[in-house]
Amino acid sequence: MADAQLGTAGPLPGAESEDVELYHPHSWLTKYVFSQDAKIIAIQYASTALAIGLVALVLSWLVRLQLGFPGAISFIGPKEYYQLITMHGMIMVIYLLTALFLGGFGNYLIPLMLGARDMVFPYVNMLSYWIYLLAVLVLVASFFAPGGPTGAGWTLYPPQAILSGTPGQEWGIVLMLLSLILFIIGFTMGGVNYVVTVLQARAPGMTLMRMPLTIWGIFTATILALLAFPALFVGAVMMLLDRLLGTSFFMPAIVEAGQRLRYNGGSPILFQHLFWFFGHPEVYIVALPAFGIVSDLISTHARKNIFGYRMMVWAIVAIGALSFVVWAHHMYVSGMNPYFGFFFATTTLVIAIPTAIKVYNWVLTLWRGDIHLTLPMLFAIAFIVTFLNGGLTGLFLGNVVVDVPLSDTMFVVAHFHMVMGVAPILVIFGGLYHWYPKVTGRMLDERLGQLHFWATFLGAYAIFFPMHYLGLMGVPRRYFDIEGLSFVTPSVATLNAFISVVALLVGAAQIVFLYNLVRSLTHGAPAGPNPWRATTLEWQTPETPPPHGNWGATPPVVYRWAYDYSVPGAAEDFIPQNQPGRAPGPAPA
Amino acid sequence: MTGFAFRSVAPAETRPSQWRRLSREWSADRQAFGGASWRKAMMWIFLLSDTFVFGCFLLSYMTVRMSTTVPWPNPSEVFALEIGGTKMPLILIAIMTFVLISSSGTMAMAVAFGYRRDRVRTALLMIVTALLGATFVGMQAFEWTKLIHEGVRPWGNPWGADQFGSSFFMITGFHGTHVTIGVILLAVVARKVWRGDFETGRRGFFTSQRGRYENVEILGLYWHFVDLVWVFIFALFYLW
Repeated sequence: MADAQLGTAGPLPGAESEDVELYHPHSWLTKYVFSQDAKIIAIQYASTALAIGLVALVLSWLVRLQLGFPGAISFIGPKEYYQLITMHGMIMVIYLLTALFLGGFGNYLIPLMLGARDMVFPYVNMLSYWIYLLAVLVLVASFFAPGGPTGAGWTLYPPQAILSGTPGQEWGIVLMLLSLILFIIGFTMGGVNYVVTVLQARAPGMTLMRMPLTIWGIFTATILALLAFPALFVGAVMMLLDRLLGTSFFMPAIVEAGQRLRYNGGSPILFQHLFWFFGHPEVYIVALPAFGIVSDLISTHARKNIFGYRMMVWAIVAIGALSFVVWAHHMYVSGMNPYFGFFFATTTLVIAIPTAIKVYNWVLTLWRGDIHLTLPMLFAIAFIVTFLNGGLTGLFLGNVVVDVPLSDTMFVVAHFHMVMGVAPILVIFGGLYHWYPKVTGRMLDERLGQLHFWATFLGAYAIFFPMHYLGLMGVPRRYFDIEGLSFVTPSVATLNAFISVVALLVGAAQIVFLYNLVRSLTHGAPAGPNPWRATTLEWQTPETPPPHGNWGATPPVVYRWAYDYSVPGAAEDFIPQNQPGRAPGPAPA
Repeated sequence: MTGFAFRSVAPAETRPSQWRRLSREWSADRQAFGGASWRKAMMWIFLLSDTFVFGCFLLSYMTVRMSTTVPWPNPSEVFALEIGGTKMPLILIAIMTFVLISSSGTMAMAVAFGYRRDRVRTALLMIVTALLGATFVGMQAFEWTKLIHEGVRPWGNPWGADQFGSSFFMITGFHGTHVTIGVILLAVVARKVWRGDFETGRRGFFTSQRGRYENVEILGLYWHFVDLVWVFIFALFYLW
């Protein structure tokens, strides 16, 4: 901004690197609103994501009410139902999970955990948030547009997504595509920051193989996002042209209500390829930060070094690479050459190897550890169980012959909610309980947290475990009303009602969590600089919450890896990364 | 020229191998790319992402071209100009390509003069690059106008598959947008060079950061990338 002055009289020295100087805000507006400080940007990202996530939560309530008690809510007709499931899915995957993991946790933790003063290009980082906010607002606007938001399903498959039978055909789909395009532009601005900060702005002594696994997860996920979002970007641009200009990229010759439309000769399958070339890496864009964070939570709260650190790193990288060659397993029923099905099934199942390495290593880290059942630890353990569960059903769906009968049933819904809905969100909760003391200086309330944890964990199982059985019984997904279908037994209605009641309760528990977040800002117990006695750099800041510039006059120097817990002969059961001296543990490269 | 500097350093046998250097850099602290500044690394990462954008555009175009059942218009006839009574296929595209590739040359010279702190020559060469870029966009506008007059629309054309016009306007439009952004950035940075911002340490209006002559090189990376993409568009859209 034009009013900015840099480093003239600030208490901080400039950044160590000559590349970019720290930006010192001079007014309330540039300090808290148009802030270039990654920590403030992280809080902005996280708050916006949680706010829009709350909207998606309410949408899921309405979906469940319709499924459990058909016709009970008078304003939900088939049209509204499709709008609800579409917006719920899209918001949760893109605007909540992606934004919270990378924009929220990434912005907060990357500079702090690596010993940097800020991101490498704070101004562009700030733009990233404001464009994200704009994307969210455009998305919200579609709720108020004529015809309402799009009801095309979160995969937005053409041709139906832009035909008049689909709700939101007038404005909803246009605003959705615009919002996605904006999101991708905004994300790219943040993404280049995250990647280059990890690669080029680490503290002295911080080698790549000394980085906490949280950073490895976020870093790899950001690279995946930078390479996968372009496919969605291109798909969104082309569908927008199909909708607005009448081009026929994805639209074959088609008859609608007896009228031949002007579309001709396009390829709907092309969109599916573009969408899933983005969509499958997207699963790991959400999962890899969760893997990383959960590794650090387990190690810290079990007072034990992470088992097989190098294997954990390589597993993250391998999963990231493999995630680009599996996308067509989402398209088995779209029709493809059987050899392709064979190829994609094989690559899909190969991912089980690095993933299993990670799960075993988490369990082996817990093995004979000094396990503290703190809230972050509870959520981390819940994640391992849930993720394992969702992963195992993934083996079913990855096989062509098993997938085909299960396609478009509730089994798929149960699978992806377990593996990329509940599992990552459990890590988000664990991470928030873990790092909230650093962000605010206060602890979150323990009793409310216990209530939140048990309601969420047990509730999630009560919701999604029975859903697998619904799927095996042949209950289709995306059906507004399954009453009276000859292939669905009537007892399904009872199970659906049960799931819906639990879903309402689990949703209510999230309101308790949000209340806890707000209340603890002022009423939480003071946390001190390092309440979990953790080794990583963000807990070693001179002040809590960390001030602008993070490190005061002298930035940290790193002497060891992030997992020196319970080192024999050490004075305490943890040795911070910036404590000098030879580390007794395995020497990093 | 800095580009030839490697000839003066030690012979190959005494230098560590490329692989050894790579592994040393990646196992070091602070930086994984020893030679790259933050800004330059960011540009490289962005270009990697942008490569995937153009890659997806071109692959999508090739897919619709192969999957449509209607014949594809012949590019050498569509993109022909009548000059002095003879129909010259692809003549305008050839000139456009020549102009854009030439602008890469002037850009490279601007970068070289920038590192010699030759303020005036750097600024002038950047302006020349920007003018060549603007000429390219101008000729593209002419081509668009001509095709629109002949009846080509995003949703159809008189000669064959509808996807011809769709892909043409989308891909050249997206590339033209990149060139236009490059021209604007060239003008902005050329002004800074001319004014001596990189010597006086004047701060940027938006970012409040001091610029350096390296900014010329970073912008050059973008410009060469846009040129390189054009080569692929030229080969895959006009020559196929």
